[in-house]
Amino acid sequence: MYKQISANKRRSWLLIILFVILLAALGYIFSTLTYFGPAGVVIALIVAGAMTFTSFYYSDKIVLKISGARPVDKQEYPHLYNSVEGLAIAAGLPTPKMYVINDSAPNAFATGRDPEHAAMAITTGLLEKLDRLELEGVVAHEMSHIKNYDIRLSSITVVLVGAIALLSDWLLRSFFWGGTRDRDNNNGGFGIFIMIVGIILAILAPIIAQLIRLAVSRQREYLADANGALLTRYPPGLAGALKKLAADTEPLEVANKATAHMYIVNPLKEHANRLNNLFDTHPPIADRIARLKAMGAGAKKSKSGS
Amino acid sequence: MAIGIIIVLIILVIVFIILYNRLVVLKNRVDNAWHQIDVQLKRRYDLIPNLVKTVKGYAGHEKEVFTKVTNARSQAVSAGAVGEQAKAENMLTGTLRSLFAVAENYPDLKANQNFLMLQEELAGTESKIAFSRQFYNDSVMSYNTATQAFPGNIMASMFSFGPREYFETEDVAREPVKVDFNAGGQENKS
Repeated sequence: MYKQISANKRRSWLLIILFVILLAALGYIFSTLTYFGPAGVVIALIVAGAMTFTSFYYSDKIVLKISGARPVDKQEYPHLYNSVEGLAIAAGLPTPKMYVINDSAPNAFATGRDPEHAAMAITTGLLEKLDRLELEGVVAHEMSHIKNYDIRLSSITVVLVGAIALLSDWLLRSFFWGGTRDRDNNNGGFGIFIMIVGIILAILAPIIAQLIRLAVSRQREYLADANGALLTRYPPGLAGALKKLAADTEPLEVANKATAHMYIVNPLKEHANRLNNLFDTHPPIADRIARLKAMGAGAKKSKSGS
Repeated sequence: MAIGIIIVLIILVIVFIILYNRLVVLKNRVDNAWHQIDVQLKRRYDLIPNLVKTVKGYAGHEKEVFTKVTNARSQAVSAGAVGEQAKAENMLTGTLRSLFAVAENYPDLKANQNFLMLQEELAGTESKIAFSRQFYNDSVMSYNTATQAFPGNIMASMFSFGPREYFETEDVAREPVKVDFNAGGQENKS
C-alpha cells in the first residue's frame, strides 16, 4: 500500500517534469524557427508552470466540470452519504465531497490531489441500479483510489496529457484545413513552426494515448478492487456491482478519451466484445470479477475454519 | 575514533526518536479510532428513543420489545471497559432487529416517512459502527504488532506502551439491520 502511494507520487512528478520538458522543447523550436530569441523558451516555461500549477490544484474541479458533475448533500441522497461516510471511517480518511452525474449509464470515479482534497462522483444510473452492498463495494473501490493517491496521478494526467491531446488535435486541424493558405508568405517562420509542431504532434498523438495507459497502469484497478473488498470485508458486493456495470452497454456521454481512465469501468464501451485488449485503460471486467470471487471464497474458508 | 563514537551515538539517537514517534503515532491512531466508534455509538443512542416513539405510535401494545430495546440501550450507555461495551452493543443490535421485525407487521408504519428516515439513519449508523470498529481493530493490530515486535518491544516496555484490547463482536453484527420475521425471537435469547 505505502509502496503504491510513493510510486503514485513519483509518477505524478515524473509526468509533470516530462510535460515541462516537452513544452520547453516546443518553445525552443518556436524561437529558433521564428528568430523570436530566448523569449520563446521563457514563455513556454511560464505556460508549462501555469499549467502544472493548475493541474495540481484545480484538476479535480476541471475533471468534475467536464464530467458534468454537480455537488449533492446528505438530504438528497441519504443512503449514498451514509455509505460514503462509513467507508471513509473504515479507510481512516476524511469524508470526500460527493458529486452526482445525471446519466443513466452506471459509473463512478474519484478525483483530487490528496485524501484531504478528494471528491467522488457517481452517476444517477449507478444509484438506481445497485443495491446497498453493491454501492458500498463501488464506493470502497473509489475510496482505495483516494487512499493510495491514484486520484492525484489520474487527475494530473487528464489535464496535462489531455491538454497535449487537445493541442495536437487543434493544430492538426488548422494544419490540414488551410491554416497556411493565406498566411504562408507573410510570416514564413511561423507557418513552418506550425507545420513542424503539427507533424511532431501527429506523431505524438498515438504515443500520448499510450502514455495515459502507461501512467495509469491497469494494475491499479485490480489493486483498488482488492483494497476495496478489504474495506467492506465483502467481495461479493463489488463483484455484483461490476457484473451489473458490465451488463450495461450504454456509453457515458460526458466521458471522453482524456477522462475515461478515471472511471471504475471503461465508460466508452469500446472493444466491448474483446476479452483482453492491449490498448484498454481498464482490465477485463470478467477477470476482475473472477479475482473478487476468489477473494470471497478465501474469506469464507478462513471464516468457517475459525 | 572519538568522532566515530559520536556519529554512532547520533545515529542511535535518531533511530530512537523515529521508533518512539512511530509508537506515539500508532497509539494516537488507536485512541482516535476508539473515539470514532464512540461518536457512532452515541449517534445510535440518540436515534433509538425517536425510533421507539415512532413505532409506539403504530404498535403501542408491543410493550415487550420496547422494554427490551430501552433496557439494552441504557446498558450500552453505561458500559465501561472495551469488552463490556462490545457485549452490550451486540445485545442492543439484536433487540433493534426484533424491533424492526415487529415493525414489519404494520404496513402503515412501514409507509411512514419518519420511520423510513429513521430506518435509513439507523442502518447507516450500524454500518458506520461496523466500519469504525474494523478501523479500530486494524489500528490495534498495527499498534500491538509494533509494541510486541523487536525493537519496538524494548521501547514499549521502557515507556509503558501497554497492549490494547480488540473490539470483539459476533459475526451477525456486521450486516446492516435487516428485517427478518424469524430473527426476532431467536436474537433475544442470546
